[in-house]
Amino acid sequence: MTVAVLTRGRESLGQASRSPMLFLLPAVIPVVVFSVLPLAEGIYLGFTGAKAGFEVDLSPNFLDNYVRLLSNDLFWQSFQIGIIWTVTTTFLQYVLGLGLALLLEQRLRFLWLVRTLALVPWATPPVIVAIMWRLVYQPDIGLLNQTLRAAGVPIGELNWLADFSTAFPAVIVVGAWAGMAQTTVALTAGLKGVPIEQHEAAASDGATAWQRFRHITWPHLRPVTDAIVSLNFIWNFNSFGLVYVLTEGGPGGKTMVPALFAYNEGFKYGHFGYAAAMGNVMVIVVLAFLYVYLRRGRRGVE
Amino acid sequence: MIHRRSRAATVLQYAALAGFIVFLSFPLLWMLSTSFKGPRELVALVPSLVPVRPTLDNYGVAFGEQDLVRSTANSLQLSLGSAILTVLIALPAAYGLARHVTVLRRLTMSWILVSQIFPLILIIIPLFLILKTLHLLDSLAGLLIVYLVWSLPFTLWMLQSYVKAIPIDLEEAASIDGAGRARILRAIVLPLLAPGIVVAALFAFISAWNEFFFALVVLQSPELATLPLTLARFIGSEGVVRLGPLAAASFIATLPSLVFFSVIQRHLRSGLLAGGVKG
Repeated sequence: MTVAVLTRGRESLGQASRSPMLFLLPAVIPVVVFSVLPLAEGIYLGFTGAKAGFEVDLSPNFLDNYVRLLSNDLFWQSFQIGIIWTVTTTFLQYVLGLGLALLLEQRLRFLWLVRTLALVPWATPPVIVAIMWRLVYQPDIGLLNQTLRAAGVPIGELNWLADFSTAFPAVIVVGAWAGMAQTTVALTAGLKGVPIEQHEAAASDGATAWQRFRHITWPHLRPVTDAIVSLNFIWNFNSFGLVYVLTEGGPGGKTMVPALFAYNEGFKYGHFGYAAAMGNVMVIVVLAFLYVYLRRGRRGVE
Repeated sequence: MIHRRSRAATVLQYAALAGFIVFLSFPLLWMLSTSFKGPRELVALVPSLVPVRPTLDNYGVAFGEQDLVRSTANSLQLSLGSAILTVLIALPAAYGLARHVTVLRRLTMSWILVSQIFPLILIIIPLFLILKTLHLLDSLAGLLIVYLVWSLPFTLWMLQSYVKAIPIDLEEAASIDGAGRARILRAIVLPLLAPGIVVAALFAFISAWNEFFFALVVLQSPELATLPLTLARFIGSEGVVRLGPLAAASFIATLPSLVFFSVIQRHLRSGLLAGGVKG
């Protein structure tokens, strides 16, 4: 039907057949010049020894960067942190998002309030998300410590974001908070596609709520789940705004995710080529993870 | 009739609901509460969410801060510029995309998806080098180009789906009645696209308003800093005394976004934009 409409449109408005390109060029040219080509150049930079400076040397050094990377323990350590950060945050976002989306389907009061509040983390600029949570985690006058102290927990002035054992979990909580809105919205849309008749039929056959979820809701949510988990995985793996403002990767590299590591390599130390090489490795890792996740998912359905 | 719930289940559901309400809202509420507290109350032993002696001093201090005012002006300039230019460029292109060129439509969508996979570092270094060559580093104009290009693909995609929702029969009918191309676009297509244009412009505005890392890399002079840059610099560098004004400024900086999201709430729920607007 779309095709029919399109061809009809082309016939009747045929006299303007040259204009679409004219319409499109002002949008296509900047995107190609300032993002498609730069991205290609960025990938290429990963195969050069480019350094920041007056003149940037763009001659290739092929796989030198990657050979060096192999023995860069700090980078692999940050990779480990990055994977834990990504998997945990993605998991928490999904569980919280699904829980909330399912609650929103129930007949309860105050749902309007939750619906609006659910968008707050999404609507808050990332830098401000970090500022909000720093106010919560403040050692002396933060909400968390004040509440714990008032409840009689001898917390002292524990600095959540600077303590070796608490910094990483504290950052993960913020990550889950910040990303659960998108997940909830996507899953709410997905739940709309679950046929209510099947639920009714199963309920009249005496199926429990859990059985109905397991055998009706869950399979129907599968495509949305795959999409949002993949997207969240990519976003979390590549995001470092929160970590940058919350901890700058500290204490002692405990929250140094690879995206921040590469950023520092590029703009703190000026090793453009080496930093781009790290970016390339990150792309490969993300693609590998997605491949495994989506393939396993498909086999599970069959 | 379908929802036969036991009392225990209902209690559990409300408990979960309460948990979500608290979890989702307390960071924002705490920031808001901090912004209305005087220095004495900030260090009170027992915290209270509702300030005992609310004061607007922090807002006064924030607005008296030259850095904050200047970076708010910079952010406004950039965001407005980005919103206007993005719509001006994306609008005709979206029309062309929706009505004519099918290959490019698929390419646009693929680009939006593919570009998500690449870490920022791969795009930000080349952009830095290009802007340096063009002598646009450390200038709002350079950053504006980046923002424009960054919000164009998604805006384009959004607008073309609005164009596609306009039945082509309308345009044909007008054309048969003798209306020229320009007239059809102005009198029929444009008014019907108004809601889409508003959403697209808001999207571009908010993307620029919230953005942090491009600004961090492109801008060096403190007098060009955007609001997120200035706020990020404020935190950590100062003591407890500054937290009140920081909270006040942060809340003001969040307002445009909150307004935007309340405007597009319904679109989000219908799933039209789900997954597209990145936080």
